[in-house]
Amino acid sequence: MKISREDVQRVAELAHLELAPEEIETYRSQLDEILNYVGKLQEIDVTEVKPMAQVLYTLAVVGQDHEVLGQTPFRAPLRDDTLRDCHTAEEILKTAPDAASPFFRVPKVIEK
Amino acid sequence: MTAPAHSWTIASVREALLAKKVSARELTADFYKRIEARNPELNVFLAVSPERAYAQAERIDSLIARGENLPPLGGVSVAVKDVISTSGIPTTCGSKILKGYLPPYDATAVERLEQAGAVILGKTNCDEFAMGSSNENSAYGPVRNPIAPDRVPGGSSGGSAAAVAADLAVFSLGTDTGGSIRQPGAFCGIPALMPTYGRVSRYGLIAFASSLDRIGPFATNALDAATVLSVIAGADPNDSTSAQVDVPDYRAEAAKPLSGVRIGVPEDYFGEGLDAGVKARVEGGIALLEKLGCRRVPLKMPHTDYAIAVYYIVATAEASSNLARYDGVRYGLRVPGASLMEMYRKTREQGFGAEVKRRIMLGTYALSAGYYDAYYLRAQKVRSLIARDFRDAFQKVDAILTPTSPTAAFRLGEKTSDPLQMYLADIYTVTGSLAGVPGISVPCGFTSGGLPVGMQIFGRHFEESRILQIANTFEKAGGGSAQGAAS
Repeated sequence: MKISREDVQRVAELAHLELAPEEIETYRSQLDEILNYVGKLQEIDVTEVKPMAQVLYTLAVVGQDHEVLGQTPFRAPLRDDTLRDCHTAEEILKTAPDAASPFFRVPKVIEK
Repeated sequence: MTAPAHSWTIASVREALLAKKVSARELTADFYKRIEARNPELNVFLAVSPERAYAQAERIDSLIARGENLPPLGGVSVAVKDVISTSGIPTTCGSKILKGYLPPYDATAVERLEQAGAVILGKTNCDEFAMGSSNENSAYGPVRNPIAPDRVPGGSSGGSAAAVAADLAVFSLGTDTGGSIRQPGAFCGIPALMPTYGRVSRYGLIAFASSLDRIGPFATNALDAATVLSVIAGADPNDSTSAQVDVPDYRAEAAKPLSGVRIGVPEDYFGEGLDAGVKARVEGGIALLEKLGCRRVPLKMPHTDYAIAVYYIVATAEASSNLARYDGVRYGLRVPGASLMEMYRKTREQGFGAEVKRRIMLGTYALSAGYYDAYYLRAQKVRSLIARDFRDAFQKVDAILTPTSPTAAFRLGEKTSDPLQMYLADIYTVTGSLAGVPGISVPCGFTSGGLPVGMQIFGRHFEESRILQIANTFEKAGGGSAQGAAS
């Protein structure tokens, strides 16, 4: 068994998910099956392999610490540092479930 | 007016509009009529946007009336996957957590389509946050496959594939993270293109796994897919991962005759688990390409078998981070709680479906202290090996041919109880996702049960022209319909 009930509860807590008691075992056994399958990655010798960090760019762009397989010898240039239009706070706040312009409103965070 | 199924292509719409046989407004109304008739059964559209569509159609009609140039997609109807932002049109990602969300802006791909004259009909159903291979993970119910309504359309872009296959749009946009364009394309019997990573801007695409997500088209033929790609491709200042690589006229490139093309056939994609009917059709497809002048080169891509394991670590790790933003504060659902933490937990508990929670937990686990090296870091190393398989193969061949999916469309409910079995439906598509290469699924005949089979063509980074050219040649030679049809 790769993953215990306690592991599932801890991971759910980290991810801010609430699980019903009866869900814990379902997720535990499903995650266990998936992790067992994923265990096949341990078969491969990766001592000489660097982790992929960029899909497209060449070594000169990304640096020596990463595996590079792309053929694109450049990356997107930075944008000019100039003012431009963007969404207004009012437009963004319209999509919020609870807003009091110019703020998003949330339950009280600081205890008395 | 009514049109028989599949009568409309980008070229035929253009011709009809310029000859004034039909107006863009009439054409749009005709598509909405068909949507109204078929959607209750197929569940393809989650939202329609007639106001915006008719306004665009009228702009196109007045251009034509004034004798001005018709833009490349003028009056052509498109359906857009519901993970792609559309200003003022509900965008839910197939999730309860974004029910009723109205994006304040358009995705770059949508903006470019509209600038090119396309008429946006509405938003298509998909697996929640694009997580799934059957469209059964949508919070708004599954899509049915228009070819066989007791079967799934594939996923996650099931609605976008079904929209085109059922003639409810001339083309559509989907997204592909591990196979979500190509596999539904295969299941619904239409061409479906995943462009190179970085080819199409993802500004406004609601993120699932950022090192894998791509936007691409479904169409009724390869040349239409090429036309759409030329419109949506190219660098975008709003997406730093969009590549500064020139955009060719893909339609003109795709129409060129094939000559001296070496096609690689990796034995690793034809082994255990591949349905015999699918295998026979794809072998037949490769034989047809040989007849058309391609040279077949046997290949080995030894890390293929590890791709699903790598994918489900990398994609879920990225998803666990990307989906942290759904917390009930800025958009979508909020479930009240006594504290901020309780509000987060209750909102996410009620807002997310089971598969999304499963993936968030798997990704959180793979990134958590003590497991990072064993899972995430190792997966990124094996990802390098998978990408090396492609790099090495492309030194010997110009394109790689495989089945798109190990089976044809399966039945609704057939795989929902076993997440791992569902994941294995992506076994031939995730490799190209991990390596960043472009891939297209093209129709390749039917199984003895009459279900469509897809053949997948991978190309080198930014060589969409090549795979579209092969797809177009194959299609014109009858590769999509000749073999096995209606037996």
